[in-house]
Amino acid sequence: MENAISVSGLTKRFGQTKALDGLDLAVAQGEVHGFLGPNGSGKTTTIRILLGLLRADGGTATLLGGDPWRDAVALHRRLAYVPGDVTLWPNLSGGEVIDLLGRLRGGLNPKRRKELLERFDLDPKKKGRAYSKGNRQKVGLIAALASDVELLLLDEPTSGLDPLMEEVFRQVIAEETKNNGRTVLLSSHILAEVEALCDRVSIIRLGKTVETGTLTQLRHLTRTFISAELATPPNGLGSMAGVHDLHVSDNHVKLQVDSAQLDPVLRQLTSHGVRSLVSQPPTLEELFLRHYETEPVK
Amino acid sequence: MTAFTGTGSLVRLILRRDRVLMPIWMLFMAVLPLSLASGTAAIYKTDAERQGYIDDLGSSPMLILFYGQKPSDPNLGALIFWRSATGIVIMALIAVLFVIRHTRLEEEAGRRELLGSAVVGRHAGLTAALVAISGASLGVGVLVALGMMSQQTPASGAFAMGMAWAFAGIMFGAIAAVTAQLTEGAGAARGIGIGLLGLAFAVRGVGDVVAGGWAWLSWISPLGWVNQVHAFTDNRWWVFALAIVATVALAALALRLSARRDVGAGLLPPRLGPATAAPSLSSPLALAWRLHKGSLYGWLVGLGVVGGVLFGGVAETSTKLLEDNEQLTEILARIGGKSGAADIFLAGTLGMGATAIAAYGIAAALRMRTEEASLRSEPLLAASVSRMRWAASHLVFAFLGPTVVMAVTGLFAGLVYGASVDNIGREVPRVVGGALVQLPAIWVLGALAVAMFGLRPRLAPAIGWGALSLCIVLGQIGAALQLSQSLLDVSPFTHIPRVPGGSVAFTPLLILTALAVALAAVGLATFRRRDIPVT
Repeated sequence: MENAISVSGLTKRFGQTKALDGLDLAVAQGEVHGFLGPNGSGKTTTIRILLGLLRADGGTATLLGGDPWRDAVALHRRLAYVPGDVTLWPNLSGGEVIDLLGRLRGGLNPKRRKELLERFDLDPKKKGRAYSKGNRQKVGLIAALASDVELLLLDEPTSGLDPLMEEVFRQVIAEETKNNGRTVLLSSHILAEVEALCDRVSIIRLGKTVETGTLTQLRHLTRTFISAELATPPNGLGSMAGVHDLHVSDNHVKLQVDSAQLDPVLRQLTSHGVRSLVSQPPTLEELFLRHYETEPVK
Repeated sequence: MTAFTGTGSLVRLILRRDRVLMPIWMLFMAVLPLSLASGTAAIYKTDAERQGYIDDLGSSPMLILFYGQKPSDPNLGALIFWRSATGIVIMALIAVLFVIRHTRLEEEAGRRELLGSAVVGRHAGLTAALVAISGASLGVGVLVALGMMSQQTPASGAFAMGMAWAFAGIMFGAIAAVTAQLTEGAGAARGIGIGLLGLAFAVRGVGDVVAGGWAWLSWISPLGWVNQVHAFTDNRWWVFALAIVATVALAALALRLSARRDVGAGLLPPRLGPATAAPSLSSPLALAWRLHKGSLYGWLVGLGVVGGVLFGGVAETSTKLLEDNEQLTEILARIGGKSGAADIFLAGTLGMGATAIAAYGIAAALRMRTEEASLRSEPLLAASVSRMRWAASHLVFAFLGPTVVMAVTGLFAGLVYGASVDNIGREVPRVVGGALVQLPAIWVLGALAVAMFGLRPRLAPAIGWGALSLCIVLGQIGAALQLSQSLLDVSPFTHIPRVPGGSVAFTPLLILTALAVALAAVGLATFRRRDIPVT
């Protein structure tokens, strides 16, 4: 099936700053794609290029089969966008903003609008200036989710929402993709949210894609922590590939091992007779920390 | 810690934040009566001349409405105190804007909450704003008094006049402190404050114009008290006691109201909006109408109706003034004769009105920049709205808005002047023509803001307002400074023909219009290609 979004080698500079440096991204139709990266890594820039608001300096981007810059208006009828910080007109009520944005997209489903207002517990009569950050975010989310569109571009959409509302958001997104076959690009910092919703994930750093794949695939890239008590003091572990942070004291061993090297390391351990073994699976947090931390200059 | 702890620090914060703005408006207010005094002293040298001048002006109810009752003595100081009464209204307006800016606006922006969490008493914020406006008003008062004394007027009268000006600011600062407690939004609080100022002006004006059995009306308006000081004639010091009592009472009321409500809340419940949008709210233009209509209505009423009536109403009086003053008649004879005096007056005031309207055009064009910088344009441009359609929705107001306001100004000026000379049929088209002829210059300034919005969005406000300031300087004092014609030609207003009265030269109008179209086109073409948002 054709990809809803395909981006390759995208570059964008703002003056001296290189915001995107050859970014790749592929989002299949009907999937929820997690878009992760530290602050300033280029997530919002990528989304703005996909919306035809920024013009890329180099590389290619295709959105729903069209050119995001040239075909912007036609493409925007088929997508809805929620920014990380929804700003509203102070003298328009939330309900008015939801209707206006829906009408300016592909149209609004009034039944869905009503249902979402209830589920997100939003009073649509308040004026824009009276909403808190979280409630402004809800206005943007309801306007997007109640619109009749194929693609949702969500840029940290749950910032400012309380945990209860975050849960409602997760349910609604899950329904969207299951029942309506919508494609979602979800930029987020909340790992639990990504884990619960996303089929595939792309991690970007300094304007480049560093990992992409399913969560299962990505877990393979992480390390497992092992703590073991052996019958005899071990040897040769330090020289094995994929072993990190090795601590040996007498018969006790603590180490981290790359998931790909798990098998040979375990064989080596069992050859010394394992009396007890504790292993901790890799967590997503570790995965992200590894990519989020700025590497020292080589 | 008392309820006033931290007031001193907050006063310093206000002074620091307004360190540029405050000296500017203080100086502006101080120069206003001074320039009027030196100009008047040069033309009307004797008491008899001044008495004639006062009688001529005083024969117009329109001017009594604006200035109040005529002074009982024709000395220079009394004449200036009377003639500069509109300055008192400006002083009160500045005080309202100042106090709302430092109280309700701070609260709406959430900054008061931040300060309130520090060692700052409950009353400190409001008190600091009142202390600051009182200090600034007294400063203006002292400057006004010194300025008047420099014109060889008696010190006692100069001091009375300065204090009268100061108390206009102090009293209306206290009134604004009360209105700041009423609503959650600063815009509404400002609106109520300005509305009360308008009411005080109207009540005072009606009392002075109708006089007789209604003269007491002038005494129930704080603006009336300021006039009743009668500086340079009676110097009624006891009137200040009224002003002080009123100020203390209003400040106490404001502090009490403030202490009784929650931070961020208003005493009036916030107004709710509709839960669903009207079917008409479905295009960028419909949204732009919601965003622009408030200021359009304001300009239509403020300049179009009130300004138009004033221009037209005073035009007839201006002929009378000229008949009585030899020196002015002489000057006028050189530039077209006394028969054209009203025409010259109308052409001049319409020209001044046009520079004010240009401010509206620039503000409407720069609304695009505000919308972009606050990221409110993003969701629209991410929906199926093209950049051109979005920009066009705002430009309708930037170009057609001033057109409508200018036409209404001309219409009202023409009607009122036409009625006063019993020839509405002749005057209305002439005066409307004089208003409309200004439009190309107004459009050029608006279009310059559009061009900068496309080319250098961050600089657009500075260049837009800078260009207008330059035009005002060149237009108002350029000739007096004897600047060279090539420098005066920089302002588009220099090229506008003097109508009514003069002949209409179409070439400069066409060139200015073409320039406006070209600038707007450059702005739109570059906006179409550039990154959004530039923040």
